[in-house]
Amino acid sequence: MTGFVLKRMGFAVITLFSVLTLVFFIVRVLPGDPAMVILGDQASQAAIESLRTRLGLDRPITLQYVDFMRGVFVGDWGVSMVSGRPVIQEIAKVLPATLELTFAALILGAAVGIPLGVWSAVSRNTPPDYVIRLASLLGLSFPAFVSAVLLLLAFSITLRWFPVMSSGHGETLVDRLRDLALPAINLGLIMAAYITRVSRSAMLEVLNQDYVRTAKAKGIAFGQILIRHCLRNTLIPVVTVVGLYLGILIGNSVLTEIVFNRPGLGRLIVGALNQRDYTMLQGMMVIYTLMVVGVNLLTDLTYGLIDPRIKYS
Amino acid sequence: MTKAVHPAASSDFRIMVGAAGAGLIKAFNTNKTSWIGLGLFLFVCLLAILAPWIAPHDPLDQNILFRLRPPSEAHWMGTDFFGRDILSRILYGARISLVIGLVAIAAAMVIGTAIGLIAGYYGGRIDIIVMQTMDVLLAFPSLILGLIVVAMLGPSITNLIIAIALTAIPPFARIARAPTIAVKEREFIEAGRALGYSDARLMLGHILPNILPEVLVMGSLWLATAIRVEASLAFIGLGVSPPTATWGGMIREGFENILDSFWLALFPSIAILIVVFALNLLGDGLRDAIDPRLRGEQ
Repeated sequence: MTGFVLKRMGFAVITLFSVLTLVFFIVRVLPGDPAMVILGDQASQAAIESLRTRLGLDRPITLQYVDFMRGVFVGDWGVSMVSGRPVIQEIAKVLPATLELTFAALILGAAVGIPLGVWSAVSRNTPPDYVIRLASLLGLSFPAFVSAVLLLLAFSITLRWFPVMSSGHGETLVDRLRDLALPAINLGLIMAAYITRVSRSAMLEVLNQDYVRTAKAKGIAFGQILIRHCLRNTLIPVVTVVGLYLGILIGNSVLTEIVFNRPGLGRLIVGALNQRDYTMLQGMMVIYTLMVVGVNLLTDLTYGLIDPRIKYS
Repeated sequence: MTKAVHPAASSDFRIMVGAAGAGLIKAFNTNKTSWIGLGLFLFVCLLAILAPWIAPHDPLDQNILFRLRPPSEAHWMGTDFFGRDILSRILYGARISLVIGLVAIAAAMVIGTAIGLIAGYYGGRIDIIVMQTMDVLLAFPSLILGLIVVAMLGPSITNLIIAIALTAIPPFARIARAPTIAVKEREFIEAGRALGYSDARLMLGHILPNILPEVLVMGSLWLATAIRVEASLAFIGLGVSPPTATWGGMIREGFENILDSFWLALFPSIAILIVVFALNLLGDGLRDAIDPRLRGEQ
């Protein structure tokens, strides 16, 4: 077990280093010269030179790389070029709002997706199965901002059940939940579409297993078989998929936050893009990298909790 | 995976591709919903191609007296903030979405498949390094990667294509690699090698046709993603610059007037949804038919 955990962590560290290296080069190599991107074509040579010095871009690339890596791990992510405050502080300020939204969406997605997937699988090739499959395919066809705009049109503007703009820092719990409801539903339903599909196919596979047939032959009630024998085995692929779709979830959370005007990483990154806040962008990419690599590691380790058969070798 | 093509039949590449095509048609017939998806998608393509002839108005024609009008006989889907006809803009916007999506995915398909073929065929250290790089790229949220690439390079059609293609290369490399590893161990590849065929000939003429159906199915699913990402970027403000009509850009403009003129955002939303849904219907049905794990159960 310890060996397995250490090995997975080793892989995670390698991936982390590779992605951080990629981030370093994307930010520096891609635009040619970040200083010029920030200042625009009209900037004088002197202005560009002074900004290059300020950003440390005039130093040897290896030195910049070492500094960047050191900075990432000691928490020195540079200073925002717009607000002048440390990047890590700005990110830490809005991160809870984004995490709150993504967790709410994940819980909603699993709560809706797993039962629907199981139902679809056990009623294979009957009308409920067709409806669920079509609905889940439609669900994952929605760009997150389209569904967000449609939800906003229906529930905030026409029915007036929810606020048009969520402040993200409501006073009471009820306020907070009201603010969170529509964005979480938006993100959660898209997630539910993915989870429904993978639960269905995982369940179909499990239903074909010998031990399920044996259980049926023993006369165990079907509900019992589903809960005791099938569900747990269905969960492994579901966990993998949730891990894999984290990228999609992050992308969708950016769009959702923009539409509902919620504070969070999404609005921070768009603001940084518009203002060409290059240190902030680099910091955002670092935090996304940490999140993705962290969740992948967690996903790997979770297998063992769900499925004791997985050999930690 | 479709049935491996026997080498004795012919080493002719075209015949091999023909066999792969036959496999695809069989897949279509196994899962009829794919035909619906394909029909719907081709219909949208047709509308986009015919846009200059069927659009009722010039998509850029402003008419300040007719701004923010609800749907009427003259403007079936209403007009936007500048009095431009929304239906015409949707028809022209389809061209941008489709061109960016198709070119980006075609490029990703060619580059990704080549990478996967080479990594799978040669194996060893090349394989490890290449696939590790792909996994790293895959780990990054595609919208964020696209966002940053476009923001750095500037929003033009070419740069959008580059950004979207970049995010779509790794999945194609992955899907091409796995069957390559399986196919290269088969006797007919061994036979080809004994006959002194070059690696390139074996890869292109004998392995590629075997993995082509899967790559094409993946292509239709990723085309859906590409169109979604392009629209998302335009919605964020990183699309092809205005006044060119793009669906994402139209929704962005409509969103600013959403309280009093909902049709601005509603109609382009429906347009995106139809195209993405059609492609998912197409790709999903085909994948079910091609996936060997599901095929036996039909």
